Amino acid sequence: MSATIATDTAGQGMPEAVSKGAFDLDWANVAKSGSIAALIMTFIALSGMPDGLDARPIVDGVRVLTIGYLTLFAVPLAFGWMIGNEVVLEGMVATKRGPRDLVAGAAVGALGGVGLTLLVVLMSNFDLRDPLVNWSPQLFNLLTFDSGVGVGVWVWILIGAVLGAIGASLRLLPAKIRRAVIVMFLTVVGFSVLQGLIDDIVGNVGETIRDPGRFSEFFGEGDTPRPRVDSVFDPVINFIYSQTGGLKLVGAIVLALVAGALSLSGRGRIKAAKASYNAKTGPERTKQTSIMIGITAVLLILLPFFSGKIVNELLANVGIFLLLALGLNIVVGLAGILDLGYVAFFAVGGYTTAVLTAPKPGDAWPEWLPTLPWWGALLVTVVFAAITGLMIGAPVIRMRGDYLAIVTLGFGEIIRLLFLSDWLKGYFGGAQGITNIPAADFGPLGTVSGVDPRSVFYLVLVFCALAIYVSWRLERSRLGRAWMAIREDESVAEAMGINTVNVKLMAFVVGAVLASFSGAIFSAKVGSIFPSSFLILVSIIILVVVIVGGMGNIMGVIVGALVLIGVLGGPKQPGLLQEFSEYKLLIYGALLIWMMLKRPEGLVPNVRRSRELHQDEFLQDAWLKGEVDTDDEDGELATEVAPA
Amino acid sequence: MTAAVKVKGAQRTGVDWFLLVLKVALISAICAGLLAFIAQQIDPGNAFARWTHDGNEANRLSGDQYKGLIVTGLSQGAMYGLIALGYSMVYGVLGFINFAHGEVFMLGAFSGFIASTQLDAAGYWEGNAFIPSVIFTVLLAVIVSTTAAVIMERVAYRPLRGSPRLIPLITSIGVSFFIQEATKLLFGPGAKGYPRPPEWFSQKYSILTFEIEGSKIIVLFVAAISMAGLWYFVERTKTGKAMRAVAEDKEIAALMGIDVNKTIVTTFAVGGAMAGVAGILWGLLFKSVIATTGFLPGIKAFTAAVVGGVGNLGGAMAGGVSLGTAEALAPLMLLEPLGVTGVTQLRDAVAFTLLILVLLVKPTGLFGERLSSEDRA
Amino acid sequence: MSERILDIKNLSVTFGGLHALRDLNFHVDEGEIVGVIGPNGAGKTTFFNMISGMVTPSSGDILFEGKSIIGLDPNQVTQRGISRTFQNVRLFANMTIAENVMVSQHCRTKQGVWGALFNTPGFKKEEKEIREHAEKVLGFFGTRLIGYRLEQPASVLSYANRRRLEIARAMATSPRLLLLDEPVAGMNPKESAELTDLIGKLRSEWGFTIVMIEHDMNVVRDVSDRVVCLDHGETLAQGSFEEVSNNPEVIEAYLGRPLEKKSAS
Repeated sequence: MSATIATDTAGQGMPEAVSKGAFDLDWANVAKSGSIAALIMTFIALSGMPDGLDARPIVDGVRVLTIGYLTLFAVPLAFGWMIGNEVVLEGMVATKRGPRDLVAGAAVGALGGVGLTLLVVLMSNFDLRDPLVNWSPQLFNLLTFDSGVGVGVWVWILIGAVLGAIGASLRLLPAKIRRAVIVMFLTVVGFSVLQGLIDDIVGNVGETIRDPGRFSEFFGEGDTPRPRVDSVFDPVINFIYSQTGGLKLVGAIVLALVAGALSLSGRGRIKAAKASYNAKTGPERTKQTSIMIGITAVLLILLPFFSGKIVNELLANVGIFLLLALGLNIVVGLAGILDLGYVAFFAVGGYTTAVLTAPKPGDAWPEWLPTLPWWGALLVTVVFAAITGLMIGAPVIRMRGDYLAIVTLGFGEIIRLLFLSDWLKGYFGGAQGITNIPAADFGPLGTVSGVDPRSVFYLVLVFCALAIYVSWRLERSRLGRAWMAIREDESVAEAMGINTVNVKLMAFVVGAVLASFSGAIFSAKVGSIFPSSFLILVSIIILVVVIVGGMGNIMGVIVGALVLIGVLGGPKQPGLLQEFSEYKLLIYGALLIWMMLKRPEGLVPNVRRSRELHQDEFLQDAWLKGEVDTDDEDGELATEVAPA
Repeated sequence: MTAAVKVKGAQRTGVDWFLLVLKVALISAICAGLLAFIAQQIDPGNAFARWTHDGNEANRLSGDQYKGLIVTGLSQGAMYGLIALGYSMVYGVLGFINFAHGEVFMLGAFSGFIASTQLDAAGYWEGNAFIPSVIFTVLLAVIVSTTAAVIMERVAYRPLRGSPRLIPLITSIGVSFFIQEATKLLFGPGAKGYPRPPEWFSQKYSILTFEIEGSKIIVLFVAAISMAGLWYFVERTKTGKAMRAVAEDKEIAALMGIDVNKTIVTTFAVGGAMAGVAGILWGLLFKSVIATTGFLPGIKAFTAAVVGGVGNLGGAMAGGVSLGTAEALAPLMLLEPLGVTGVTQLRDAVAFTLLILVLLVKPTGLFGERLSSEDRA
Repeated sequence: MSERILDIKNLSVTFGGLHALRDLNFHVDEGEIVGVIGPNGAGKTTFFNMISGMVTPSSGDILFEGKSIIGLDPNQVTQRGISRTFQNVRLFANMTIAENVMVSQHCRTKQGVWGALFNTPGFKKEEKEIREHAEKVLGFFGTRLIGYRLEQPASVLSYANRRRLEIARAMATSPRLLLLDEPVAGMNPKESAELTDLIGKLRSEWGFTIVMIEHDMNVVRDVSDRVVCLDHGETLAQGSFEEVSNNPEVIEAYLGRPLEKKSAS
């Protein structure tokens, strides 16, 4: 958007915004954005997402409110919002918001719709199903709303224009209302997406409230099952959710209103609570922190009692990947070493445990190979993983960061190929892997196996807590400081007396050990282990989790694992959105690009890391706020900031 | 830094010792493998061979088998070399590994598949029309790959210029993932077969006592032409000179009136074109393509670029050829004589081991790096 | 006081054909402050890089406290007791001021993973000592770098304070020999006068031996016991400031030679 440069800024503060005519737009920009929108919409349509996700309604009974359609609708909405983006620099005049924005949004949206119109026309005349697998009648029907090509040619232009205008209109709203609208939207979509989870947990809690005796049943297994009771929350659930999936229309509206109201009234309070927490220092803060940790722990321990098998399975998977991500976070986030072969340690952990616990792992093993209990095998596994960490780390540790990335990737592949090879088949079973791995037996505490996801969840929980503790302690230690220094400037760190080789190796080893824990749990959970569980893909997905959450930030990594693994799913493990499993890798890739371009610090940024990545902006802010150091004693202007 | 060796007073740390042991172990394993190979060529029933093969005789490699392996290695190596050029040029100019370059190659192979099936349906994939059809397919693949590379640069890498060096690398991993998955979704996850080529294409021809299949002759021929064209472009044209200048020092090049952005785009385009050609060669050699085709050749081509010395175009080609040959020969010449079974499965492991070995022994590659001063170190 | 702490013998280095340093002989006595001057490109920073182990010489020897340090990694050199600052200030910009100084005590401390994980008494004690030492070192520069500043990132500091922090960071490695690369570059006259004083105190109060590259002749004159002038990688002159500054070759190196001589060569 063009903006005239104000000539009278001297001493005036912010100049007044100027208003422009509704059609006085930067049409070239609109055309460009519109064409991009059209391309994206066409791509989404042909990728099969609308079709594949059509069966998943957001609001039941409203034909177009499915997740499938949402993937298409989101594009004009987002582009309508983006076209109104105007960078106002100091000394520039902002343009007044008004109908002009709506026109721009509608134009972009309509142009985007033209893309689908063209697609519809093409689809009605040609059959390109040969290379393009989604060029199908189903897609055609979906795009034309089952009404034939006559409707299809204009309806998307209309929809695009309307959605684009809606997207743009968000800019016209006051910030508070805008936030409420967005919260309402996200709540509805979120509740719909999380239906399985909410239904399950709320239902179980409700049943337990009605029949408290059920609670004891969770401990004693094998008793006669108690008679099924109705959950106390059934009315609520039935009010919100439809039996056939998706929200009920009324339920969705009520949910949106409640969310909006909460957003309008609650925002200030959350902020205030946060501020009061941040303001506290010393023992008082420690106390509050421990209370929060305690509550979280109790909730986490209670959670599996109230969730069904599928949800517990999901939580166990999230935990396994969280454990991996926490380990990788030490390597990538703290020490700044991009290890793309991290899966190797996961594999070593898994295979070592499998070999040591399975009664007969392979023919080639000598007779004296012991069969250990799981925890005994774990001790050996840790040692093995640490040695592997050293073996892989030592050759690569002196390499340039980017070479290191590729070489570790190579190591990851070599290890998988070795496990897969006929050469070592007698030891690791080749492609058939090692089966019949027994459950982990903890004596009176019970056994952990894949049959009982709840037990896996607890085991994983313990190790995640351990990993969090380790990361937290190390970050604030001599070693953590050395890692940070290396991440910032390796050659200076070395000149300041840090043995970079040893310190980086230490990061490798700690990461390897944490990954091997995850591998050990994984093999006990699955009960069998194959090379195909340890593709490079796993490394990359863990990397995405760490990056999306926020490199170097424990909280961020937890959020990243919950959102990505929990909702979208792991490399082979389905998430809450099972229908997404076909598209999740595409989404992971897109997320990685988008995060790197727009938000390299992740969703929950580490203050330090984000400063590193936005050095210039940070300094500018600090300068504007007057935080930049001026030479105090001279009082002279020494605000000069040396270029980084 | 200087190539000065560590001299007296040098303190070896534990890591140094470990690396020394590792290097010695790797090199002696290679020597042992070679010796065992020579021994088994002389007498397949020698004691060592019997010991490593559970009492059986080793398989002696006949001269023809040996030549066949070399030809296979050369033709695949030429393909790796063509892909490696893209890695090498981009690393030379921008100083980051374009992980998604393998995907550019895959797109070339994929567009070749689409074009060739359409041509085949129209009856142009045989007889006299075959060669013109292949040329057309190559051109199409070049256009597709070039476009993909240029779009990639514009969308994903240009905004990141000047950020810490791992950031564009991570982005390119994302790009690679995205393209791979998008291809899977658009065209389906299965393997796509190239149509059957004419008879003469898979026949063997005798050249200098080597029995070479028609397809491999074409592959070697096309690779040689492309390489020559690229060499002419980089060394003899003004744009090529600009590329070399930008690779040396972006700022000075800009001061000398070179449009740096344009030059970088050209670099991506040329690299993409080479990858497109390589894509078709893949199609002709292996006759099928799948969305994940780009991953392994991509990594191997990067290995080739490192083996030859990053930024060094001749080196990239030489590195590709050496890697291809090593990959074809090493399993049978080094591993098999040592009694490793199922050696062909370990071909990829050979490539990665070569990468590690080169980086350990001679990190600047066999033919020397050519990088701008800021990318060295 | 006259024991040789640093002894450099016939040191040469070439960067592909270019002689960055040629047959350099140089020594520093315990407790000395030596100023190294010379026009741009004379090889001064290369000289520092070589002592601190970042560049390996092609020939010659560097003896520190009688032992050769050639071939040592930079961290081993620092461990032996040589620390340095950088000409183009290279702080850990996103670490706090306290952390910048704490991290450079790495080679003097030893707690590892176990200490950190179990919060052992040894770990606690060492962390406390590191912190105290950091505050003491930062306190050397008055109030500029302590107090509320301790927890601020280094990137918010003014240019002069960055230079100070860099010196503090080098001091915290507890060196015997301190290499300062243009410590007052970019400072105004008042600030550089103050820093000159502090450099003197670094010797008298902290007991460091100092080698300093500096372009500001006032600073060099005020604090150096001895001055060495380098040009084209060779020693042009050594001696007191007056001797060196009046040496015709030194003047020639800085100001160029008279016209007739130039055409002759």
